[in-house]
Amino acid sequence: MARAVTTQRKALNTVAAWTVGLLIFFPILWTILTSFKTEATAIADPPVFLFFDWTTENYAAVMQRSDYAQFLWNSIFIAGGSTLLGLIVAIPAAWSMAFVPSPRTKDILLWMLSTKMLPAVGVLYPIYLLFIRLGLLDTKIGLTLVLMLINLPIIVWMLYTYFREIPGEILEAARMDGASLRDEILYVLTPMAVPGIASTLLLNFILAWNEAFWTLNLTAAKAAPLTAFIASYSSPEGLFYAKLSAASTMAIAPILIMGWFSQKQLVRGLTFGAVK
Amino acid sequence: MATQHARSAARLMLAPAVILLLGWMLVPLTMTLVFSFKKYLPLRGGDLGWVGFENYVRFVTSSAFWPSIWATLIIVGGVLVITIAFGIALALLLDQPMWGQGIVRILVIAPFFVMPTVSALVWKNMFMDPVNGLFAHLWQFFGAEPIQWLSQASLPSIIMIVSWQWLPFATLILLTAIQSLDSEQIEAAEMDGAPWRSRFIYIILPHLSRAITIVLLIQTIFLLGIFAEIFVTTQGSFGTRTLTYLIYQRVLESQNVGLGSAGGIYAVILANIIAIFLMRIVGKNLDA
Repeated sequence: MARAVTTQRKALNTVAAWTVGLLIFFPILWTILTSFKTEATAIADPPVFLFFDWTTENYAAVMQRSDYAQFLWNSIFIAGGSTLLGLIVAIPAAWSMAFVPSPRTKDILLWMLSTKMLPAVGVLYPIYLLFIRLGLLDTKIGLTLVLMLINLPIIVWMLYTYFREIPGEILEAARMDGASLRDEILYVLTPMAVPGIASTLLLNFILAWNEAFWTLNLTAAKAAPLTAFIASYSSPEGLFYAKLSAASTMAIAPILIMGWFSQKQLVRGLTFGAVK
Repeated sequence: MATQHARSAARLMLAPAVILLLGWMLVPLTMTLVFSFKKYLPLRGGDLGWVGFENYVRFVTSSAFWPSIWATLIIVGGVLVITIAFGIALALLLDQPMWGQGIVRILVIAPFFVMPTVSALVWKNMFMDPVNGLFAHLWQFFGAEPIQWLSQASLPSIIMIVSWQWLPFATLILLTAIQSLDSEQIEAAEMDGAPWRSRFIYIILPHLSRAITIVLLIQTIFLLGIFAEIFVTTQGSFGTRTLTYLIYQRVLESQNVGLGSAGGIYAVILANIIAIFLMRIVGKNLDA
């Protein structure tokens, strides 16, 4: 795209793109700003943007009123656990499909994708029932397992598209030099696959963190992650905009930052490699 | 190429993933299928025996069924039109040379990483609240009567919230596709005197067709299942009860598992029809 453009044209593009960008980002910016206001300033008419007395009292209030640390820990445990478990199951599967393809590989991959399309609400009650029987309702382990299963197809697919880009000749050379299957995976494949595995990990952590059907329906007090913590603010009580904003900021900040690092993987992961 | 040994090892490594997903798919789905043929009221007697297709008939003949189909279609359709139209425009804009392109990209992509419960609550309270919301202030500033967004304009409000969440995804995919377009082709057309409109219709749009299809299918699958956005805003009232939400209410709120399960099977069939198209496109890509 080395086309010559006039400075004027470039300036125009810049203004247009920044205007649209800021407009789209505005709700998030507004939430972050409001989280530093007092409740009275938060609903001031006309609204104040930057020139107010900044305060961190809302963060203290949120921390005190509800056990934020507990929800945060649940989110980390569930998102992290489901991603790691998923990787443990998916890495061998993706490896075998990428390097030892059989005539059925394509069908298996597409079938895995098809399980992702299963509408969650269609199986809500059976899962609910199974969870009660197995004592998994409102436990972190139970939710970790469910999120691992719903994201497993994406993990397998992402890893598969990354692994396929690793030249098979290198593996064959290692094999010729007498490397065992174990050595091959451990010393040859893994170092080359680390970037792909890292991006898969990142994207799936984000997806699990934001998942809001199963986390709302399978947890109560003990295992509820941040999605449920925020949902508890849906019945307003007096002045609460600033506190809602503080809680929201605390729930999205870590993931927003991770998300910015993984935007390229997002395209690859969520389109199952169909757009590169 | 691969030895017999490698092949059996490969099968072994594939097995856990396949078994897990097979179980995840078959066990609950079979249970739903069984429940759908039963009168099953957990709080009022439990399993009351087989009833044949009664639940299926009752689900589609209930007065809530067609409105829920409409609500689903309007929300999914509205979000698709908005995200794809604006996504193309935004992708074209972001592809232009400018200062601070990286930062603008970051700003545009951000909403996708906001959890649905947060975005729904922020929009509901801080923007759409008829008294204290920013929109109310804005309307008043221009001397207009503030709108009761989530009750008077419930469907457009939900569409707005969900579109805001999905616009980044559409933009990012379309931008990725535009960047793979051969710029020489455009330049050649430009030199031949093709006006902007024909360059867009005859070169850019055909190039994007595959990406658009992908956005369409993937978003449809996710949008059919939107839940949190309705759960924390209207709870399905004011005409926002989608098929997903209707099934949810049948199962968990009215505790009629048989009826809800029949609805669930309808949803599964619907999702499968869309999935078949998506798989064809993705499958083609596997051979390339």
